[in-house]
Amino acid sequence: MLAWILQTTTRLIAGLGSATLGALQGLGKRALFVWAVIPALPYSVWRIRLLMKQIYFAGVLSLPIILTAGLFVGMVLGLQGHHILTTYNSEEAVGTMTALSLIRELGPVVAALLFAGRAGSALTAEVGLMKSTEQLSALEMMAVDPMKFVIAPRILASIIALPMLAMIFIATGIFGGYVVAVGWLGVDDGAFWAQMSEQVDWYDDVINGLVKAVVFAILIAIIALYEGYESVPTSEGVSHATTRSVVHASLVVLGVDFILTSLMFT
Amino acid sequence: MQNAPLIEIENLSFYRADRKIFDKLSLQIPRGQITAIMGPSGTGKTTLLKLIVGQLKPSSGRVLINGQDVNQLSRNALYELRQQMGMLFQTGALLTDLNVFDNIAFPLREHFKLPEPLIANLVRMKLEAVGLRGAYALMPAELSGGMARRVALARAFVLDPQMLFYDEPFVGQDPITMGVLVSLIQKLNASLNLTSIIVSHDVNEVLSIAEFACVLSEGRIVEQGTPQELQQSESDYVQQFLKGLPDGPVPLHYPVEPWSVG
Amino acid sequence: MTRQIKAEIGVGLLVLITLVSMVFIALKVSNFSALQDRPSYQLEALFSNVGGLTVRAPVKVSGVTIGRVAKISIDPISYRAKVAMDIYNDYNDLPMDSSASILTSGLLGSQYVGVEIGGDEEVLADGARFNYTQSALVLESLIGRLMVSLTEGGDK
Repeated sequence: MLAWILQTTTRLIAGLGSATLGALQGLGKRALFVWAVIPALPYSVWRIRLLMKQIYFAGVLSLPIILTAGLFVGMVLGLQGHHILTTYNSEEAVGTMTALSLIRELGPVVAALLFAGRAGSALTAEVGLMKSTEQLSALEMMAVDPMKFVIAPRILASIIALPMLAMIFIATGIFGGYVVAVGWLGVDDGAFWAQMSEQVDWYDDVINGLVKAVVFAILIAIIALYEGYESVPTSEGVSHATTRSVVHASLVVLGVDFILTSLMFT
Repeated sequence: MQNAPLIEIENLSFYRADRKIFDKLSLQIPRGQITAIMGPSGTGKTTLLKLIVGQLKPSSGRVLINGQDVNQLSRNALYELRQQMGMLFQTGALLTDLNVFDNIAFPLREHFKLPEPLIANLVRMKLEAVGLRGAYALMPAELSGGMARRVALARAFVLDPQMLFYDEPFVGQDPITMGVLVSLIQKLNASLNLTSIIVSHDVNEVLSIAEFACVLSEGRIVEQGTPQELQQSESDYVQQFLKGLPDGPVPLHYPVEPWSVG
Repeated sequence: MTRQIKAEIGVGLLVLITLVSMVFIALKVSNFSALQDRPSYQLEALFSNVGGLTVRAPVKVSGVTIGRVAKISIDPISYRAKVAMDIYNDYNDLPMDSSASILTSGLLGSQYVGVEIGGDEEVLADGARFNYTQSALVLESLIGRLMVSLTEGGDK
């Protein structure tokens, strides 16, 4: 019995140890990846055509989903906000509530989650496919650094695209909240906007929301591209990498959002 | 210098996980000739190519190109050296979002600031050489396998390299395409004064153009020499491989426990 | 080439929609327009309690914004809260005996400084201090005072 307990404990500790080592190794590999990309980033700023194409893929193609989701999220906020605030006889505050929740949290976070699903997965699949069809090797053989030509423009494009998408998401959401609260539930039009602009601060709220979006963009792009770049070059490997990319990116966005919120809005 | 081998491989060992791929392999690849590296699937022929061009690092041993140790080179020096190399990949590895013309122009545009008309001329010359000048506007997805490989070949020598590496150029091609590729490789080598290294298991095609050939097995070179010398090799293994016999030193059956009933 | 043009049109569209969104958020949703530096002069007021007043909260006369709270600190002499306000130059004729109080807009609204205009001939100049102030209403002290007055009333 004692021997069994001893054996199980040892196995548990060994398991914990190997899991920790594995996690550290994974972290180290990602850090090396980032380290290798950084010197390539300034170079890709000047490749306007390349950058333009990537912003198109990451940003423009994500536009429909961002517009639709933003509108619905805003409408739901308007509806729920109105229900709750009516109990306190202050349904005029529904504008403030909608705007603040969108600008501070839902805008950057939901846009980032949609971006991870729409653009992040596409980045992983694309780079994974480039690896499995030897295009990355071919670039190296042509003495072209894949970091400069493939990875860096995509990171930069994400950093440009996601904050834009988050802003569009916020604006659409507020419009959705307006339609429901003012157009449908009869909240006073003037009070809706007046209270909102009174309470929403440009620096504390809007700029912080934008900073969040930039941080999320960097994280999503690095996770997605790392998974693609390091994927097992088979169709199965690429599909696993794509799933992992979306799951990891979403979890990281939610976790980092908590940290950022606690730092920004004290 | 003219007679010194272009590529020297010295005591090269390579492990993947714990599996030994190469064990103290040594080989000298002569300058200005077509060299064939042959062996059955799974002997690590492609891995050997990647070791030669410095995409993989050996566990021990050296690879010298023109007397330079590939693995001691800085990143920039290695990229400098790679401009002297062209490689034809198994899948062609054309960049999928560029058309044929831009794919071939790609190395030129990346490395040299040339006026667009000059690039257009160079690209058209290379396309003419592989017989695809009319296909310049097609996207890689619109090309047949054989055409894609010819476009990739045009791209591989667009920088006028010293060496051309072919990774299984004949796999999965119909006999006509194979014939086209064989004569292309031969013509290119002769007219551009190249050193060509072909990795393949298509014995007949390769031996018809190679001037020097070697056979790989279990991480070592089992035989090397001119094609004639190989044909007369006394090694059973080489004979089995060259003649494509189903059974011999390489057994038909995967290692298995003796079958016993009960 | 057409693919490149398509990408350029798409990105242009994206930038355009983003700009519209930004302008909308700046002008309609947030206080961005109120943050623009308008020529202003500074006034001070001491309060024994500022409650939830924050920097950049509006200063209002009869509901019209005439300035913003610039800084909230502790007065080293009286140990009361010192609120510095930037008042727009358009309103440089506030009478000397005007009073400042901390008020709340609506039940759940934010707090602001309300200025009650007095009748003095002299005006508050740059750097001057309000002589009459009323602190923020704190619910606990309000209830406390109510209880006291109720019990006193019972004694009579």
